[in-house]
Amino acid sequence: MVKIGIPRALLYYTYYPAWKKFFETLGVQVVLSGTTSKTTLDAGIRAAVDETCLPVKVFLGHLIDLKEKGVDYIFCPRVISVEPKRYLCPKFLGLPNMALHLVKGLPPLLDMEVNLHKKADDLPRQLYRLARRFTMNPFKIRKSIAAAWKEEQAYAGRLRQGYTPYDLLENPAAARAQNRNMKIAVLGHTYNINDPFLSMNLFERLRSQGAEVITSEMLTEEEVLQGVSRLEKDIFWTFGKEILGTANYLLEKREVDGVIILVSFGCGPDSLIVDLIERSYKRAGTIPLLKITLDEHTGDAGVLTRLEAFMDLVQWRDVKCR
Amino acid sequence: MPVTFALMGDFALPLKSLFTHLGHRVIPPPPVTENTIRLGTRHSPELACYPLKVNIGNYIESLERGADTIVMAGGVGPCRFGYYAQVQREILKDMGYDFNMIIIDPPQCGLEELWQKLSSLNNGKNWRQILFALRVFWAKTKALDRLHQKALIARPRQKSRGLVTRVYREHVGLLDRAETPADIREVCRAWEKALEETAAKAPQKPTRIALVGEVYMLLEPYANLDIESTLGDMGVEVERSIYISDWIRDHVLLRNLKLKRGGSYKRAAAPYLQHFIGGHGWESIGDTVLAAKRGFDGVIHILPFACTPEIVAQSILPRVSRDNHIPVMSLSFDEHSARAGFITRLEAFVDLLRHGRAPGAKPCTPRLAGEKPGKFSPLG
Repeated sequence: MVKIGIPRALLYYTYYPAWKKFFETLGVQVVLSGTTSKTTLDAGIRAAVDETCLPVKVFLGHLIDLKEKGVDYIFCPRVISVEPKRYLCPKFLGLPNMALHLVKGLPPLLDMEVNLHKKADDLPRQLYRLARRFTMNPFKIRKSIAAAWKEEQAYAGRLRQGYTPYDLLENPAAARAQNRNMKIAVLGHTYNINDPFLSMNLFERLRSQGAEVITSEMLTEEEVLQGVSRLEKDIFWTFGKEILGTANYLLEKREVDGVIILVSFGCGPDSLIVDLIERSYKRAGTIPLLKITLDEHTGDAGVLTRLEAFMDLVQWRDVKCR
Repeated sequence: MPVTFALMGDFALPLKSLFTHLGHRVIPPPPVTENTIRLGTRHSPELACYPLKVNIGNYIESLERGADTIVMAGGVGPCRFGYYAQVQREILKDMGYDFNMIIIDPPQCGLEELWQKLSSLNNGKNWRQILFALRVFWAKTKALDRLHQKALIARPRQKSRGLVTRVYREHVGLLDRAETPADIREVCRAWEKALEETAAKAPQKPTRIALVGEVYMLLEPYANLDIESTLGDMGVEVERSIYISDWIRDHVLLRNLKLKRGGSYKRAAAPYLQHFIGGHGWESIGDTVLAAKRGFDGVIHILPFACTPEIVAQSILPRVSRDNHIPVMSLSFDEHSARAGFITRLEAFVDLLRHGRAPGAKPCTPRLAGEKPGKFSPLG
């Protein structure tokens, strides 16, 4: 059976269930890279250009992991745009090229182009072309596309019920802590906040302190759009829309007790988006905001101190306001 | 309403003349200094790219001098530049400035809408005066770019160090004062003559380096530590890959007339990168290949620190360099860049190129852009 490797990084957290379903229905075995560790990160750092952002370095580390696992192909789509008029960040646009040139001796990359910037209905055609590598049976291909689509819908639905991608993909056994007393929103790119190594296990830490975690996946599309509706210029990054939209929506509704934003050092879009968020939270002055910048200098002591101080602040406000 | 804008090399000149002819008082920002950078860095987001910070410094300095209208370009992504103006407006607002920001976004930048934007800025001028303003603007842009190219060629052949730069600056001042297309032609003729007179009697054949990379960093000499004249004074002939007049012709005029020109860099980049990645990343790859084909001795790739599209390019450039047998060095700049280390690196690179060319020289493998130091490096 053909083995396809999928790196446990970047868009994995958004689309993995659908990808897995798609390939398995086609009759292909899916191999996932291991969880992110110091080894993965170090391998990625050695391969990458210094100024690359953390998640892309981690992605390269996962590619190397898959190479060592000995897969036949690695799935590395060029995702340019997943909705009209918005892009992903430039690094996604050049991702297969970067991967090929930075990591030597990779198995062949399965690169397909996802570009819904102007043509929203291009995806099935691209998927069809990709699937033709494995089967010539058009019915089987159609079936796998339909199954993948259904899986994606189901996954999105589960996320909206209050699960994070981390809960569903990495830790399905864990019970979701329901706590009405304290709600903390964790914002940032899905692939940073859901990777327990990168986020320094933020979700678990918050939950162990009795907080309910809110992420942007739990909001509906309309709510996110409502959050960005008052911008003077529509935002042209999909992740930027999600982060800024969620932040603004939560600020308006005042449904959370605190917001934590994780930013990776060197993230282009976030350097501007998060500045706008900080400004509006400061102007409103109603919800405490903690911004944590992640980079490859791992060492969680400083971050934990800040997190504890933040949680103290949130709890103290809670008592005082009551 | 005194108008101002961000500096980008000498492009301030044509912009100033455009707004002046449209009947505005123009307060161009003073040239970038250490203080500009300090102001810009203090008030901008820490991780924003360098051009945004310099822009903020420019705005603050001109707002302090009495400007109250900022004209800024926009974009549609995925490069950060498209959202610059939005963030800059919020920064300045939070600092307590009272101003009006006019943002010219390219999607609306069809010729008709460009015309409307200009009409909103036109201060009661009729269409003949507007056309005249545009004509002078275009003539100045083109004159600057052409003479810039000539200066780059003249610099390595000059009689004494710094001579061409001095001649160049003098005539930029004259061009600034030129009011009509005829005046501009006059200045150009004098300029060309003066440049010719700088030549040494028997100039050596200079090393040739192509500069590729991100447009702002290429165009603003303070931001790139004046790399062009530094190299030129070392006796290197430099060619810059991007000129404003080419950009306006390709992106504003021809695209709207549905005549797509160029694309040669796309063909050249095709083996390495087949898709637009925002900013000038695609161009950087293509221009490097073209420079190799055209017989340049080396390529210097310039980017602002952590520029997303250029990092994609930087990741691919070592391969381009190997395949095309051309040494490439990537230099990233930000507010922490210092001149001494920069000059050492330039000198080392130029030495390497010259030795590589010497007859009978052993072929050397330069340390390429993006590659890590070797095993024996003290850093490794």
